[in-house]
Amino acid sequence: MLLDYGSGNVHSAAKALEHAGAEVQVTADRAAALEADGLVVPGVGAFKAVMDQLRAVRGDGIVDGRLAGGRPVLGICVGMQVLFERGVERGVDTEGLGEWPGTVTELPAPVLPHMGWNTVAPDEGSALFAGIEHERFYFVHSFAAQAWQLDVMPPFPTPRLTWAEHGGPFLAAVENGPLSATQFHPEKSSDAGIRLLANWLATLG
Amino acid sequence: MTLAVRVIPCLDVAAGRVVKGVNFQNLRDAGDPVELAARYSDQGADELTFLDVTATVDDRSTTYDMVQRVAEQVFIPLTVGGGVRSAEDVARLLGHGADKIGVNSAAIARPALVAEIADRFGAQVLVLSLDVKRSGCTESGFVVTTHGGRTETGLDALEWARTAIELGAGELLVNSIDADGTKQGFDLELTALMHEHSRVPVIASGGAGSVADFPPAIAAGADAVLAASVFHNGEVTIAEVKAALAADGRIVR
Repeated sequence: MLLDYGSGNVHSAAKALEHAGAEVQVTADRAAALEADGLVVPGVGAFKAVMDQLRAVRGDGIVDGRLAGGRPVLGICVGMQVLFERGVERGVDTEGLGEWPGTVTELPAPVLPHMGWNTVAPDEGSALFAGIEHERFYFVHSFAAQAWQLDVMPPFPTPRLTWAEHGGPFLAAVENGPLSATQFHPEKSSDAGIRLLANWLATLG
Repeated sequence: MTLAVRVIPCLDVAAGRVVKGVNFQNLRDAGDPVELAARYSDQGADELTFLDVTATVDDRSTTYDMVQRVAEQVFIPLTVGGGVRSAEDVARLLGHGADKIGVNSAAIARPALVAEIADRFGAQVLVLSLDVKRSGCTESGFVVTTHGGRTETGLDALEWARTAIELGAGELLVNSIDADGTKQGFDLELTALMHEHSRVPVIASGGAGSVADFPPAIAAGADAVLAASVFHNGEVTIAEVKAALAADGRIVR
């Protein structure tokens, strides 16, 4: 299930998920999005624009509702960024979904956007990167979460953090119970990206 | 830095077909954009650029369908340029699966277009494409041209790049009109100048004739290299370019 809330192109993401073995439905329907085995939240553009569009389809409530029931959600690119508390882009400070603490800020790099294929350093326990730990993935962004601030105590599972570097370290992916996200675009990362999507699909009940 | 330098083949399309020959062996249809895109992706292309040279509005709708078919089957980033005049054109191309949009003459005619696109879709979708020629009439020594280099705008290439980046361009596709078609190598002076003065990635274009032409462009500061005929003719493969870049100490995928 792919949440269609007007941000960017959902069709190539849908095809990539199908390629990875999923039965995909693209929808903004609340009930359908709440009930799906897995929900992908894509995101392209400015943090504020994405949040405005998400709120317009009550996407915040959909993500909250799914997580309350332990139902998997995968955020992609800005769809990952909005899971944090805030995003600051060119002086515009926007409230995010606040599933994770922290603020998304500009990368301290000489060349921005961070555009192209980069390596990542996955957590050893990562399910998303199983078998593709040494592959490159396609990034295109200027902003990112550059710190992880959530302490998770047992019995909750330890968050699996995958870091990448452009000017400094930033979170390339997070797996935190039912909530996962990637800063890069698996749907644009060729075979490695398809494999990552297949790995995520394999975690769905 | 662990980011790989990018190698990008560029395909001219009209009415949803690839025009200008592409000489892959065992190709069922040398003009089919999906088949060609898949071939280049398999060869290791890091992105694909489609330049829409369509002349009529009717043909343009065929281009949208083509973008969609490619995006649904080839999972690497796609840039589409040529004839983009408005934020609505951009919305439509992105909606059909393009990841980045090249804007050239329409932005020269109306620079506010750059801000309109960047504000709505983010700087990362907007590739400012510049056709640049050497000139004694501008401070940087390079002038922006239109109509394939036939018309000089009087705009200093460096000034225009700065303005466009300020307005929200996320990347520069710098095509040297002097080098284009010569097969004598990229214009390294132009590449270096653009790199030194811009914070966004620079794609060097125009002049590639052999594998040996690519490493100097990266050494001059380009983040990516783009070429058309040298790949289409089969003279050089993406893998050969990447091997040459790696041998020169660059990181490649």
